[in-house]
Amino acid sequence: MPGQAAELVFDEATKEYAGRAGAAVDHLSLTVPAGEICVLVGPSGGGKTTALRLVNRLISLTSGDIRIDGTSILEQDLVELRRGIGYVIQQVGLFPHMTVEANIGTVPRLYGRSKPWIHTRSQELLELVGLDSSYAARYPAQLSGGERQRVGLARALAADPPLMLMDEPFAAIDPIVRARLQDEFLRLQQEVRKTVVFVTHDIDEAIKVGDRIAILRPGGRLVQYDTPMTILEHPKDDFVAEFVGVDRALKALALHTLAELELGPPTDGPRVPRTATARDALALMIEKRVDALAVTDDEGKVVGSITREVLVP
Amino acid sequence: MIVATGPVIPNFGQGSSCEVNNGWFCTDWVSQHWHDTLQPALIQHIELTVIAVGIGFVLAFALALVGFRYRLLDPPIGLFSDFLYTIPSLALFQLLIPITGISVTTVEIALVSYTLLVLYRNMIEGLRNVPAELVDVARGSGFTRAQTFMRVELPLALPAILAGLRIATVSTISIATVASFVIAKGLGSPIFVALEQDVFKTEIFMAGGMAVALALVADGLLVLLQRVLTPWARLVRAT
Repeated sequence: MPGQAAELVFDEATKEYAGRAGAAVDHLSLTVPAGEICVLVGPSGGGKTTALRLVNRLISLTSGDIRIDGTSILEQDLVELRRGIGYVIQQVGLFPHMTVEANIGTVPRLYGRSKPWIHTRSQELLELVGLDSSYAARYPAQLSGGERQRVGLARALAADPPLMLMDEPFAAIDPIVRARLQDEFLRLQQEVRKTVVFVTHDIDEAIKVGDRIAILRPGGRLVQYDTPMTILEHPKDDFVAEFVGVDRALKALALHTLAELELGPPTDGPRVPRTATARDALALMIEKRVDALAVTDDEGKVVGSITREVLVP
Repeated sequence: MIVATGPVIPNFGQGSSCEVNNGWFCTDWVSQHWHDTLQPALIQHIELTVIAVGIGFVLAFALALVGFRYRLLDPPIGLFSDFLYTIPSLALFQLLIPITGISVTTVEIALVSYTLLVLYRNMIEGLRNVPAELVDVARGSGFTRAQTFMRVELPLALPAILAGLRIATVSTISIATVASFVIAKGLGSPIFVALEQDVFKTEIFMAGGMAVALALVADGLLVLLQRVLTPWARLVRAT
């Protein structure tokens, strides 16, 4: 079975459909470094999902190439290729006739893993995604939407694939649970360090989960491929600026915690933990009608201060 | 008042007064003729049904594989099974006798024909209704086409397939009574005999009742099978 993370390269990857004007994905070239999360984002018709499905060849390339750790997907056996790629979709797609454990064991079973091996692995993975081991014997119909999505993630991770494809995995979940799942996904990624291609139409989700964001415009054209910070601070053109939203300055503030900023000497005033984001701090200043806050450490001790000028130069 | 001049019953021994007067239900006749008439008829009836449904299931499954894989072939196969189903059973027996004679084969061909429609339609519907995203996930996870069929499509179609099997079984048990027009086998045979013998009520009620009971028991067993094979299906329906 596979392991570790792989570098993913789109090399002029193009998909055209016969009888339809324009490409669905148009000469897409980008490199996702091993162990990073690349978010494909853009309005509908941007070819995000098509680009994703080109990777596991659920859709075949018209021209160009996609390489995983230097090997073209076209040179690999189709079934082997797919077994080496974790796949998570919006509707989760858990098999309703299989228990949670059997669902998680889907791909390992294809590799001929034994029942005891699958049992142990599914227990590990349930713990990893934050579900009790008793969930193993349940059926998907007995789970909530959020729980199903966790099991879907566990299933995609079961064979330890070097690459994960996630197609709007949290889109069908209510906002509160979605935020929690995003947090847990990022925590999980710290542990497993997979290369992930993540499709979403939600720019806020893209900013939150992406190490890099690829913005696609209708017609499957890549407009900008950068870190969230660069995209927020230096959108390449009006399309990107408009897509990330008029509040992009605020979104950029949300990417920094106070711990990353230069703090002034300790002062009195409303307190804020240094784990809070710059955006939270600004919101607190507005609410309390002050220009400076006392920043506290994990024990609640004041270690410095932050002023409005630092946040909004 | 008409007085019977002799025993009017077909399987008479020393007829009781109930039997001689063709009473509504003569328990002594039933206990006397359980072993020589009713039990053999029941066993034959079960045989006729099991063979018909068994062959029908295998045939329908083979046809469903073809109709599911090659969509273009589904309408003609469906139409053919529809057509078979519309032929009245007595007419079908008459049509078959010149070819297969007065034999079990004739009966089974007719019975199998009637199972095809419901079995085939349910199999195709069950397979078609498997959500596309599940097939997508299976293919995307590296299932071969055969694995996708065996591990995802077929198990998910099972509730519909078993529902078809229940209907086919119950209706075959019912139609099989008509087989006695061709051969003296099954629960239709004592009914047929009793009709010819001045409508001997006890035998008609008993054999008819046994056919109904057999259908109910068979249906119950198939419901149990359904629960054992698809424990997840009730959960899905509940949500």
